[in-house]
Amino acid sequence: MAIVHEILNYFKVEINREQCKKCKRCVNHCSYGVLSFNGEKIVSDDQKCVACQRCAVMCPGNAIRIVQNESFLPPHGNYTRKIRNIIWAQSGDGGVLLAATGNDRPIRSIFDDLLLDACQVTNPSIDPLREKIETKIFFGRRPEKLTFVSDQDDLEGVSLKTKLMPNFEMDMPIMVGHMSLGSISYNACHAIYKAAKELNIVAGTGEGGLHPDFFEYAPNIITEVASGRFGVDLNYLHNAAALEIKIGQGAKPGHGGHLPGEKVSSLISQTRMIPKGSDALSPYPHHDIYSIEDLAQLIAALKEATRYKVPVGVKIAAVHNSAPIAVGIVRGGADFLTLDGFRGGTGAAPRIIRNHAGIPIELAIAAVDERLRQEGLRDQVTLIAGGSIRYSADLIKAIALGADIGMCAMPVLIAMGCRVCQQCFRGLCSWGIATQQKYLVKRLDVDIAKNRIKNLFHSWNEELKEVLGAMGIDSVESLRSNRDRLRYIGPNPHIAEILGVKHAGE
Amino acid sequence: MRWENYTSLPEQYRNQRVFDGCGISGFINIDGSRVSGDKVIDMISILKERENGLGAGFAAYGIYPKYKDYYAFHFLFDTIAAKTNTLHYLGNNGTIIASEAIPTNTPTNIDNPPIIWRAFFDPKKSNNLEPDEIILKIVMEINANINNAFVMSSGKDMGVFKGNGWSHEIADFYMISGYNAYMWLAHSRFPTNTPGWWGGAHPFNLLNCSVIHNGEITSYGTNQRYLSSYGYKCTLFTDTEVIAYLFDLLCRKHKLPLSIATMALAPPLYDEIEKLDKKDQIILKSIRATYRSAMLNGPFSIVVGYSNPVPTMIGLTDRKKLRPLVAAISDDENTIYMSSEEASFKRLTSSNNNFSMKEIWHPKSGTATIAMLGKGLVRNGLEPSLMKLKSKYEGGLVNGNCA
Repeated sequence: MAIVHEILNYFKVEINREQCKKCKRCVNHCSYGVLSFNGEKIVSDDQKCVACQRCAVMCPGNAIRIVQNESFLPPHGNYTRKIRNIIWAQSGDGGVLLAATGNDRPIRSIFDDLLLDACQVTNPSIDPLREKIETKIFFGRRPEKLTFVSDQDDLEGVSLKTKLMPNFEMDMPIMVGHMSLGSISYNACHAIYKAAKELNIVAGTGEGGLHPDFFEYAPNIITEVASGRFGVDLNYLHNAAALEIKIGQGAKPGHGGHLPGEKVSSLISQTRMIPKGSDALSPYPHHDIYSIEDLAQLIAALKEATRYKVPVGVKIAAVHNSAPIAVGIVRGGADFLTLDGFRGGTGAAPRIIRNHAGIPIELAIAAVDERLRQEGLRDQVTLIAGGSIRYSADLIKAIALGADIGMCAMPVLIAMGCRVCQQCFRGLCSWGIATQQKYLVKRLDVDIAKNRIKNLFHSWNEELKEVLGAMGIDSVESLRSNRDRLRYIGPNPHIAEILGVKHAGE
Repeated sequence: MRWENYTSLPEQYRNQRVFDGCGISGFINIDGSRVSGDKVIDMISILKERENGLGAGFAAYGIYPKYKDYYAFHFLFDTIAAKTNTLHYLGNNGTIIASEAIPTNTPTNIDNPPIIWRAFFDPKKSNNLEPDEIILKIVMEINANINNAFVMSSGKDMGVFKGNGWSHEIADFYMISGYNAYMWLAHSRFPTNTPGWWGGAHPFNLLNCSVIHNGEITSYGTNQRYLSSYGYKCTLFTDTEVIAYLFDLLCRKHKLPLSIATMALAPPLYDEIEKLDKKDQIILKSIRATYRSAMLNGPFSIVVGYSNPVPTMIGLTDRKKLRPLVAAISDDENTIYMSSEEASFKRLTSSNNNFSMKEIWHPKSGTATIAMLGKGLVRNGLEPSLMKLKSKYEGGLVNGNCA
């Protein structure tokens, strides 16, 4: 039984009455029901405000400001306001709390504790504007070695015997993380796939199937086969550059998908092949994968179904034993491995899992890269790392720790207009991104969003080249796993040991 | 010369690699005729600007015809005990055919000279390991685990002589003039760390592969971690050893033809590859995709001596040619020279009126110059990577959807 306890609101809508023209545009734009016109003036129900900023941005008179509620709870260093709010919310409705986006606890980022090297005197740095610096990479499995046969009679006659497994090229070591149609809107998906195509990178579909409208982007799409098998049919499998079996997600290791029924519109119901309005809860484990050999069978089945034309990989959340699990997955036949760190994002996840399960991606990359090397497998697979790569610095450090590709999703959403209000699971996104309501989805202009994503990754790639140039490296392939070019300045030297990185000054 | 730090760096320097600028020189006689070390001493010692008296060395191929079927180990020892332990360890793993001090001109006033030794060795037969593989393990074991011992070289019918001093001092010390070889490599260095150490001087050798290197490998971390998967331990505090190990891995273990191996180490840019026909694109992209971690980055010019099976001298620079490399061919076309500076060739021609170069040229960035015993100049470092090579593919890269 719900016994609602009034919780102090976080935000307040401040309306400058002199500047307000009472045009009611803000009322129309607020999808959370905060603002209304009482016949005389605009009034706000601050309890509902999520600080999404839509009203403030849309106000033609620039009359609205969202401010923090200065009303003050008695301070306590341990029972913080957030913890008290969690207790009030749970004692109010007795349920598992949902949360969206990534872990919001202020845990120290290891990326921020890493510093990059640069050239001085003994090696010249390279100016990327004057010299070529390469960021192209291959995606897929490679053989351990190539076999060339030399012609006995002719010294210069050689022939390559090794047949490589499917690989494709990407122009940047960047991938858009998996966000399903359902968790985000049709327009958001469209913008992402278009951007991926124009940048010649790849984007993940998440577990929500692939709408037939998007089949044309297949060469730049990695589709996901998750425990719910939503939308999986032969068309789906055949319209992808690569297939990924989703075992876990950084935001909710050990959990399946959570798409609230509110977001299951007819479009979503078609694409996922589920009834309209029903909660799309994919099972926690795959019920045909209870062990590593089951996974190997599914990898083999997917390869068979796609006639060995595309790489098939596996995504796992970064957990304590990621390293041996990763080795098993690679031995099981995965062509690529995606690691998703504990800060990875989500459209909806239980707060308890999102905030407390998993390990940082930095440590997972280091441990997995090292273990795969010990087993002699590292160079054969493509290692993708995400959760959370916030900007180019994180991307560069992830690659230097051992990842081939950095995967990110939040920055893409933010580029499209997301203000990180963390309400994705409610389906009311006022920016038209994490919603299925037609009047909201319309707000997201596909081409503008696409161009913003393109600009973002173009700038990341340019910054990557700047760093490579400063390091005297002319191809991103020589940065991967080059931990020699990183130094640690954080408080815990043991982290540096696990990362295989020296302390600054060493 | 500095009479200290023979088999290892002092403790306080071990967490850093030594960076250096260097002079490199070498030549190969195509007909296999053996000549004394005088010529290579002239070539290297003129490059005074590139050394600071803290390390030099020579590699000579064809110096032990009498023992050419056995692995010739050149050792540095700090102590008699290290020598005993090493020879004991060798004895346990095969037969020592001969074991003797390498003759040196040690000044009489030195109270702690290194023990410089050579042993000709025949490893025990093994059913599952090639003899080269056994030697590789022995070298790794001695360098990593036997205190005060260091393997300078471990190839057949060849040897490395190196130490801490000016190139002319090292030449005198080892009496390089007295050896006759068909291929000579020489190195002089300008290390950034003051102590220098004897084992850390170039050439770096593993089996029949010797590397002299000018520059710095900015991809060291990537290469070193790649090599670690194959059991190569990088313990020498220098980036040059990764080059020697990469050559060993690619040419000996993976059996890549030399020209292909050099393409893996300094591959053509993707922009260049895109201009080629489909067949060449597939071959080069397969190389880049498979050997992405073997690619060498940073400023370097190297000359590599290799003799498995045909003695060969290879010159290679980084893809931007941030370090110099010049090549020359003698009038009679029998000798191919390479050096970091043209002065090396000038020194030879000016001191001998009867001798001149037919041609002196500057190999292109990232393009190998390859001279082979009996075959001559196989590649001149000017032609595009796959030109001359009659390449075919039966496998190759399967282009995915994105390509």
